[in-house]
Amino acid sequence: MAAHLKKRVYEEFSRVVQITHEEAPAKKLRLSKPSKSAALHIDLCKATNSTDALQYLLHFARKPVEVESVEGVVRILLEHYYKETDNSVRLKIASLLGLLSKTQGFSPDCIVDDAINTLNNEKSHQVLAQLLDTLLVIGTQLPESPTVRLRLIQMACKHLSDTYFGVRNKCLKLLGCLGTVDAPLTKDNEGADVRDVQTIISDYFGDQDPRVRTAALKAMVGHRHHLMYVCLQACRLLTDDYEQVRSAAVQMVWVLSQLYPESIVPIPSSNEEIRLVDDAFGKISHMVSDGSWMVRVQAAKTLGSMLQVSPHFLEQTLDKKLMSDLRRKRTAHERAKELFTSGEFSSGRKWADDAPKEKLDRNTVYLIASGACGAFVHGLEDEMFEVRIAAVDALSKLARSSPSFAEKCLDFLVDMFNDEIEEVRLQSIHVLREISTHITLREDQLDTVLAVLEDSSRDIREALHELICYTNVSTKECVQLALLELLKNLNKYPTDRNSVWKCLKFLGSRHPTLVLPLVPELLSTHPYFDTPEPDMDDPAYIAVLVLVFNAAKSCPTMPALFSDHTFRHYAYLRDSLSHLVPPLRLPGNGLDLVDSRCSSGSVESAQLFLQQSLNRVSTIQNLEAPGAQELLNFTIRDLQRLGELQMELAGAADFCATYLRCQLLLMKALQEKLWNMAVPLCLKQNVTATAAAQQILEETYKLEFLYGGLESRQVATIHHVRLQAKALQLVLTARTRLFLAELPHLQDSFVDTLLELMPRLSSCKPVEMVKILQTTLRQSGLLQLRLPEQIHRATATIIEPTGESDNPLRFTTGLVVALDIDATLEHVQDPQNTVKVQVLYPDGQSHVIHPKPGDFRKPAPDRHRLITQVYLSHTAWTEPSQIEVRLLLAYSSSSTTSLSAPKLGWSDSVDGLQSPEAAVEGTIPFSKPVKVYIMPKPARR
Amino acid sequence: MPEIKVTPLGAGQDVGRSCILVSIGGKNIMLDCGMHMGYNDDRRFPDFSYITQNGRLTEFLDCVIISHFHLDHCGALPFMSEMVGYDGPIYMTHPTKAICPILLEDFRKITVDKKGETNFFTSQMIKDCMKKVVPLNLHQTVQVDDELEIKAYYAGHVLGAAMVHIKVGSESVVYTGDYNMTPDRHLGAAWIDKCRPDLLISESTYATTIRDSKRCRERDFLKKVHESIERGGKVLIPVFALGRAQELCILLETFWERMNLKAPIYFSTGLTEKANHYYKLFITWTNQKIRKTFVQRNMFEFKHIKAFDRSYADNPGPMVVFATPGMLHAGQSLQIFKKWAGNEKNMVIMPGYCVQGTIGHKILNGQRKLEMEGRSTLDVKLQVEYMSFSAHADAKGIMQLIRMAEPRNMLLVHGEAVKMEFLKGKIEQEFSIDCHMPANGETVAVTTNPSVPVDISLNLLKREMALGGPLPDPKKPRTMHGTLIMKENSLKLVSSEQALKELGLNEHQLRFTCRVQLQDPHSDSDTLHRIYTHLKSVLKGYTIQHLPDGTVMVESIVIKVSSCAEDANTKVLLLSWSYQDEDLGSFLSTLLKKGLPSGLC
Repeated sequence: MAAHLKKRVYEEFSRVVQITHEEAPAKKLRLSKPSKSAALHIDLCKATNSTDALQYLLHFARKPVEVESVEGVVRILLEHYYKETDNSVRLKIASLLGLLSKTQGFSPDCIVDDAINTLNNEKSHQVLAQLLDTLLVIGTQLPESPTVRLRLIQMACKHLSDTYFGVRNKCLKLLGCLGTVDAPLTKDNEGADVRDVQTIISDYFGDQDPRVRTAALKAMVGHRHHLMYVCLQACRLLTDDYEQVRSAAVQMVWVLSQLYPESIVPIPSSNEEIRLVDDAFGKISHMVSDGSWMVRVQAAKTLGSMLQVSPHFLEQTLDKKLMSDLRRKRTAHERAKELFTSGEFSSGRKWADDAPKEKLDRNTVYLIASGACGAFVHGLEDEMFEVRIAAVDALSKLARSSPSFAEKCLDFLVDMFNDEIEEVRLQSIHVLREISTHITLREDQLDTVLAVLEDSSRDIREALHELICYTNVSTKECVQLALLELLKNLNKYPTDRNSVWKCLKFLGSRHPTLVLPLVPELLSTHPYFDTPEPDMDDPAYIAVLVLVFNAAKSCPTMPALFSDHTFRHYAYLRDSLSHLVPPLRLPGNGLDLVDSRCSSGSVESAQLFLQQSLNRVSTIQNLEAPGAQELLNFTIRDLQRLGELQMELAGAADFCATYLRCQLLLMKALQEKLWNMAVPLCLKQNVTATAAAQQILEETYKLEFLYGGLESRQVATIHHVRLQAKALQLVLTARTRLFLAELPHLQDSFVDTLLELMPRLSSCKPVEMVKILQTTLRQSGLLQLRLPEQIHRATATIIEPTGESDNPLRFTTGLVVALDIDATLEHVQDPQNTVKVQVLYPDGQSHVIHPKPGDFRKPAPDRHRLITQVYLSHTAWTEPSQIEVRLLLAYSSSSTTSLSAPKLGWSDSVDGLQSPEAAVEGTIPFSKPVKVYIMPKPARR
Repeated sequence: MPEIKVTPLGAGQDVGRSCILVSIGGKNIMLDCGMHMGYNDDRRFPDFSYITQNGRLTEFLDCVIISHFHLDHCGALPFMSEMVGYDGPIYMTHPTKAICPILLEDFRKITVDKKGETNFFTSQMIKDCMKKVVPLNLHQTVQVDDELEIKAYYAGHVLGAAMVHIKVGSESVVYTGDYNMTPDRHLGAAWIDKCRPDLLISESTYATTIRDSKRCRERDFLKKVHESIERGGKVLIPVFALGRAQELCILLETFWERMNLKAPIYFSTGLTEKANHYYKLFITWTNQKIRKTFVQRNMFEFKHIKAFDRSYADNPGPMVVFATPGMLHAGQSLQIFKKWAGNEKNMVIMPGYCVQGTIGHKILNGQRKLEMEGRSTLDVKLQVEYMSFSAHADAKGIMQLIRMAEPRNMLLVHGEAVKMEFLKGKIEQEFSIDCHMPANGETVAVTTNPSVPVDISLNLLKREMALGGPLPDPKKPRTMHGTLIMKENSLKLVSSEQALKELGLNEHQLRFTCRVQLQDPHSDSDTLHRIYTHLKSVLKGYTIQHLPDGTVMVESIVIKVSSCAEDANTKVLLLSWSYQDEDLGSFLSTLLKKGLPSGLC
């Protein structure tokens, strides 16, 4: 047998080589490795004891196995399996069989028989469990074969009565994954009654081992076709002693509720009936006060995904009060008032309100049975913050689907702003923002929300600003309150300036009618007296103006209330802070004209303009050189201005402008007179062209990696430009005498290969080729650029350090000083890997620092926040001087391909191959550099 | 039936001087040994003469367990152990052991030095008493003696508070002490596993309260303090030195930190410093947040909270002061209150319960003019706020604990009778278990149904398993054959053969025989054959043989036929079966009594 196998292995190996020869004769080289199976066989034969064999197997498992040799390896392994007496080795072999069956392209049906055979002869429980696991893998690999499936299920049923829990576990898992309702009807041992897989699995809900109960529940969850009566059993397991069982049962109940949400189930102990999803919701709510926090997390998470639940039930999760006829509203005002009217329980908020009052009808009051009652109240004040976060998330999901619930959970979310863990606070602010479209804040609620503005954590404040941008308020007092608090915030934390202004912009544009009555007060105008003109540099005054102007945009009566200087300030702010101040239609003043034109410039027209400019450029071919260059110059200028004016199109406009600039450079480089000169004369002029080529290259990298949302077409266009630039470089190099002289000797070089590849060029000599290249290059026209839907330019702004400080950062030389960096990144994909911080010292030294992945936060989609520290150090200076800090975007030309490449190896391969092709690595600076004043002092002796 | 007897010496339908006697499985245990704040005479300590009229308690008690360090749970301990006399072990958790003597000493000082009482325990007695203490760890099972074991669970409430699970054999009692089911700023929530005790003794201070979310309370509290500070007012918070004080400190400290506030917070010194020291040490007993962050910074090392000096009270500008005692009846808090009461910008926040008669109680009930000693009156202009920060479980929390532990019986202590009545009804209705609420000195007996452990031989178990079906069903009892051997205090279930062998007995055969008369006109052998075919059709799956010697064998049952002497048509069937086949034999005899069906050939 062994000899036969070996022969087969070798045969199969040689066959592989031959076939490849026949199929692809064009390919010259095919790397072939010695067959894995043969090597393994030799290794295993060498092994004298089980430890050695195990070592060999472990070693073997680290390397991937090619599809062709899998079967051979399997045979070898099985052969050893039969011979092996040691359990651990057999176990390892069994697990290897499973891994091997997963190999892509290998069909494991040939080893089913063997695996089942081994299963029948196996005595060790552990090995049995592993073998069943292997069978499961095989079964999942062969989804199309009902016979194999049936056999496997029969095997599983047979071993279900094993005494070892692991075996029962695996059997159940197998049944759960492979069993279907219709096909396998196995016969029970005792008689002729036919049982399906569900029944068999559900029998094990009552197993004595909690692990088996868990497995049974999980197997049932995996099953898509359930029987209703299983529900009852699952519900019983919700009160199991073991947390894993309870956790699986929660999952089970959830699955059932999702499958049959509308089924009607009776309530035990009464003759009422409710929907299954409501019942399940109640039961899971109950689990939010479970003893184990893992179950609590699971329950809270699950609640969030039960969107079909009736609003009546949903509201109870926020109502810790009893389910009685007295249904109370839970608004903050009414709560305090109504607490005592019921007379059941006091809230503990007022003195002596728990004095016993008249007795209640006990039948109406349930403390525990009304499961859904107060589930979220419990969840939100749970001991473990994991549970609290899960509860907040669930609240957000439910609130998004139900506006009335959103209204109700508002108070609770606001309460969470006061949590002891910042993560929870932040999360609840985000959640509130998400649901804020549904709600209008009342004054008292707003008050509590705004109290958080004084928080010392910047993240929290900014999240809150973000929230205020999206909230609706009901009265003018609210607007005033918000403004006051924001100004207070601005006063306390001046760094929040931009964020506060932005916030007021939205506040104003959302509530124009509420702002209107406030205007005289806000601008401190007086009907009779002139008031002093406020200081234009005061951030608080700017904040007020931002609010007013944004409100005025949709409230045409408002400008009438402005005083003269307000109009002047408007003109100033419109220019300096154009992203915050909208164009206004103002009477007289001549501003009218300018603004009306501006305001008509909507996104669509800008888009149109962009397209027209591009079209115009495409006619460039027909123009003379100077005219073309001029046209390009104008277009580039236009586009840049357009980008400044229209924020929405900034990315696209910039992209086009950069692209056109490349073209312009190329054109300039090619149209210089130097090309007509004799080679030796023009060495000097070459310099400009070389520089241009270099610059084009750089720009193309920027084009490729700095902009998000590019499609493959644009990338190809960019590559095309890059190729042109490279060709230009080549031509330029070729024109130097040195190269010309050496060229004929450079046999087997890149040029040769190039010649081979290009049939058209193959006949000519190197010199001619350069000439051809040169002419083609000069003749090549501008490629029409087609714009994708959305182009975003990656940008970064360093918020801190501001670069305004005159106080040098002093530290002792040889030691380090930490510099806090706070920056906002827009439209950067995968910033954890690409964004670096560069520090430039005055002596030309530069350091590149990779921030930790944890330093990046994601406050909004397409926006990241980098808050990190960089360490500076230098030798002693005599005077303080400035260093530059900037952000770099790292790119590598292979990054796009390597991302999509599948992972190599089929097991825990550590020595995987690195992609050999050399990628072009580089960085693009994408933020304005910030200067920091530092002073390394000499160390004191 | 064995019983667990419970007698509260204190805290039965009352709050204060918790002391509960439990006798379980022949062991006597005292749970807590507290004093009553409301009395200054003998009633302040539990009546130990209930246990024995004269002499020491050592021989009557197996152990004493103290749940936490509040004086109403441990105040009478030195009195009991040193003055009445008890030398057995006293169990308490490590933090309790550390903080308890400080409080006892303080209590002693006030009673003896200030009030001038004699016949009170001395410092030495406190020290001697503490020497008898055995510390407990959470979830550690401690064998008090061979049979009695105790295990502590986390209870929240205050630092080191524990619930105890007491177990003798298979009977068990859980005593909760005071506990809190909602976590707060410095302590976690009480937790117990599903230990299914025979009796759960729970406190019920807030039997009729369901508290609002603690978030609301905290937010209100912080908002009030913050507003008052912003107005430039002074805030007085009267507290007792331990427990709530730390909670409020943490709350304010983090709020100050978050909001970047500058107004000073003071804490009147004394006890607090010592206690705070222990709070810093016993980090493992605090909540998740403090446990996780103490490596960076121990939350009990306050940055904004400073020690208070008497002179600070007159300083201008806003401030927050924590001062003792909590009910404004004496001491520093009262002095400060008098100073600040006249200004409406100021505020006093009462964070807890106030006993009737104290100033705290009066102002909470809205009294705006107070009569002070010396006939002077004090106008109360400052704002008075009440904030319940009590760390006891509310009604819902108590229910939750019952659900966690799943006890068979329930007993309520440490609460007011009327409120207990309400909760008792609820518990009986919800869980359908018995609930008791004895008054002081009243004994409650709870009958238990202890399970008796029996060793079973593995062979027998395996054999029985093999007989049954393949499906496990632990919920369904199953009968099995075996022999129970009682030998030297142990019970053993073995197969009968083994039992015979072990006991050296011979096996006796026991056979039942019975006669059945049958009307049948056929001959004897035909009748026999007819019986054979009849049984064959009825009993499928059994081996039935027709033997040549004129008998029919069904398994091991022998059936013979003989004609009656008088009437040839009347046949007498002789059935004989062994004891083991009793079921089948009796079935056959009833079957044959009904006669043979006529259709047989």
